[in-house]
Amino acid sequence: MASPAACRNVSARLLKALVGRQEARLGNALKAMSTTTNVSRFEQVTMAPADPILGVSEAFKRDESEKKLNLGVGAYRTEDLQPMVLEVVKKAERKMLESGENKEYLPIEGLAAFNKATAELLLGADNAAIKENRVATIQGLSGTGSLRLGAAFIQRYFPGTTVYISNPTWGNHMNIFNDAGVPWKHYRYFDPKTVGLDFEGMMADIENAPDGSIMLLHGCAHNPTGVDPTPEQWEKIADLIEKKNHMAFFDVAYQGFASGSLDQDASSVRRFVERGMEVLVAQSYSKNLGLYAERIGAINAVVSSADAAARVRSQLKRIARPMYSNPPCHGARIVANVVGDAKMFDEWRAEMQEMAGRIKTVRQRLFDELSSKDKSGKDWSFVLKQIGMFSFTGLNKAQSDNMTNKWHIYMTKDGRISLAGLNLAKCEYLADAIIDSYYNVQ
Amino acid sequence: MAGTFMSAQVRRIATLAAHFRVPSVAATGERRLQAFATMANTSVFENVQQAPEDPILGVTVAYNKDPSPSKLNLGVGAYRTEEGKPLVLDVVKRAEQQLVAEKSRNKEYQAITGNQQFNKLSARLILGPDSPAIAKNCVATVQALSGTGALRIGAEFLAAHYAKPQIFLPMPTWGNHNKIFPLGGVSQKPYRYYDPKTRGLDYEGMLEDLKAAPDGAVILLHACAHNPTGVDPTEEQWEGIRKVIRSKNQLPFFDCAYQGFASGSLDKDAYAVRSFVADGGECLISQSFAKNMGLYGERVGALNIVCRSAPVASRVDSQLKLVIRPMYSSPPVHGAAIAAAILEDGNLFKNWTVELKGMADRIISMRHQLYDALQERGTPGDWDHVLKQIGMFTFTGLNKSQVEFMTREYHIYMTSDGRISMAGLSSRTVPHLADAMHAAVVGAKSKV
Repeated sequence: MASPAACRNVSARLLKALVGRQEARLGNALKAMSTTTNVSRFEQVTMAPADPILGVSEAFKRDESEKKLNLGVGAYRTEDLQPMVLEVVKKAERKMLESGENKEYLPIEGLAAFNKATAELLLGADNAAIKENRVATIQGLSGTGSLRLGAAFIQRYFPGTTVYISNPTWGNHMNIFNDAGVPWKHYRYFDPKTVGLDFEGMMADIENAPDGSIMLLHGCAHNPTGVDPTPEQWEKIADLIEKKNHMAFFDVAYQGFASGSLDQDASSVRRFVERGMEVLVAQSYSKNLGLYAERIGAINAVVSSADAAARVRSQLKRIARPMYSNPPCHGARIVANVVGDAKMFDEWRAEMQEMAGRIKTVRQRLFDELSSKDKSGKDWSFVLKQIGMFSFTGLNKAQSDNMTNKWHIYMTKDGRISLAGLNLAKCEYLADAIIDSYYNVQ
Repeated sequence: MAGTFMSAQVRRIATLAAHFRVPSVAATGERRLQAFATMANTSVFENVQQAPEDPILGVTVAYNKDPSPSKLNLGVGAYRTEEGKPLVLDVVKRAEQQLVAEKSRNKEYQAITGNQQFNKLSARLILGPDSPAIAKNCVATVQALSGTGALRIGAEFLAAHYAKPQIFLPMPTWGNHNKIFPLGGVSQKPYRYYDPKTRGLDYEGMLEDLKAAPDGAVILLHACAHNPTGVDPTEEQWEGIRKVIRSKNQLPFFDCAYQGFASGSLDKDAYAVRSFVADGGECLISQSFAKNMGLYGERVGALNIVCRSAPVASRVDSQLKLVIRPMYSSPPVHGAAIAAAILEDGNLFKNWTVELKGMADRIISMRHQLYDALQERGTPGDWDHVLKQIGMFTFTGLNKSQVEFMTREYHIYMTSDGRISMAGLSSRTVPHLADAMHAAVVGAKSKV
């Protein structure tokens, strides 16, 4: 069985296999090269391309124009376009300093208080699966790290099973499953004609996938499109997944951030769990608690028996240990403190509603500007209908490049803009740029 | 509804096929199994077995469960004070207070390779402030999740980019090495290291095995304070090792988890690494600040790849990002910010070296106390190794059944290979440990 890392560089390894018989000669050549000509053994390593999302911020930093606007990475900005640390987070950190916590290793599965809090936030404190010990929760390194643990678990325990991922999706999903050695395919999702959900296409692709496949679903605020299924559509998706014996793997990176309500944003996951379906869920506190750089999240497996859940937990630990041994304590303690204190929890909810509210406000202003400036009658209402931090503008690569090159607006090449990086003052400028790029660039 | 009743026969065949790794049959069987599972209301995770506890971290789990008041945790290598308490260094508290109070600080995503200031200072710490490799920009450094994370990234990088991804590990080595490398895509083989007869280094055996290893193989070296044995090569021996490795064009991968903790001196503990880098050759170096800065749970570390040229280092750096991004996107900010603050500020750095020496000295004093206690009891055997071994651990030489005896009768928690963490001892608890070791050794003798 090929190791996960080997899967990543298939062509390079094929080449190595082909020259396998010449290994001795290669060894001598290496030796001769390194000692006589001072050539590096890493000479063949090529320059990797910049990350399509994180690379945008790097490019933005280098731009010296006053007009520049960063709508690349999904990190919340205030109306003054400043990064924000939530007040409740500052409070928690001061509290932690005062209580003089130590810095001992967490257990491999992470901080117990955090794991309890995160499962309850996701499923509801009175959830039956939690009460029956059927939820295995491991603290993970934010959404990415939690997805990676889930992916590695799938590679080991569902070998050969394909994971179906929406088209489009967050770019890093593919990298994660590739590096974990898990095969993936796309299911149809976004319809550029309606700038909405291609529900028929999605259902057909779920139906056509072999029984027992794994479906990666965005719990809410789909990234990059902002297009979410309606409750009725979620019901039908759940019906079909159940019928096909697929397993749902939810990516929940925006709970509370999408609508402003933690419970509402978890409704898709809770719907599945209520039906008794087994699911995997990756969570992130990067956006909803603004803990981006602390890397705090969790992987949850909701399982049909407590016994199996305990075993799954033990195997998830076994995956984490050779990756990083145990997770970082700081972010976990912040979450546990905030969620564990009723007053701080309420304050958190208020700040979260404020963030979600500001984004809805800029959506409205952007829509107003686009509608008033664009006399063609094009329907820009998708800006209002899309949910969460991002908007899929429908701009193609060339048009997105125009946004950057002509207007100094930084976004990802798939046409995604982060509304979290927009303020009311810049809506008009952005509207001008979008209209110019949409109509004047092919 | 699709799916028919699947016979137990089909299920057995599917399970067997999965064991023999017959993909198509296994996959079909798997799917049918899953269909069957749902019909019978069992879990798709039904085949998942209970994993055993981690042999090292599991010791703490077992210790926590023990109600005995005389229990002693000598398992995981986490420093304890004379009072048996975990320690947060004074400089860490000060740095943390500064950080939390800083108004300009935010929690934005770090770069994929982490805190750049931390990376620079971390490289400088291990390679020395005058390192030509650093001056020539030949070092690619990425912030990592402590030592484990750095090793894992290094392994995945080598699996993807190195012509010969096979690593040689000393026998014995830290247990987690044996999992990190295969999972990262690098196969592993042992080389002789510890000589149980002398309780020292099997220098000849080591050189023989290195010479027999293929040209270009990766060689894992513990930079100082070998874990679990505490046996380090002398400077002359390091020279001999270096010559063989360079003559075979092998690639050293240093695991440096105890810089400053072994001897009390940061520079002295960096000797081996610096001597290798000085000859102009390439190497990988994983660093951990878990022990020397007491930042265990913050997961602070770095991976350095020393390359022959700056352009290579730059390309290597870009490829390391491709390993990190699908693993956790970017590393955690808090611990590295604390470490950077300490490394950067002359005052904090100086105070750190004092606290570090204090920890190293206390461990050395525990070695003396344990040695003396065993002498007092007339415990049979030669116990010089308790004094000679370096760093946090002592490889006692006790066997598995003796260890089990000590846990059962004396509530001493340690790893079954006979390793004890000296950092977990105090003047108060040394007598209890000495009693336990004495009883274990004498008990074994009387059984023979």
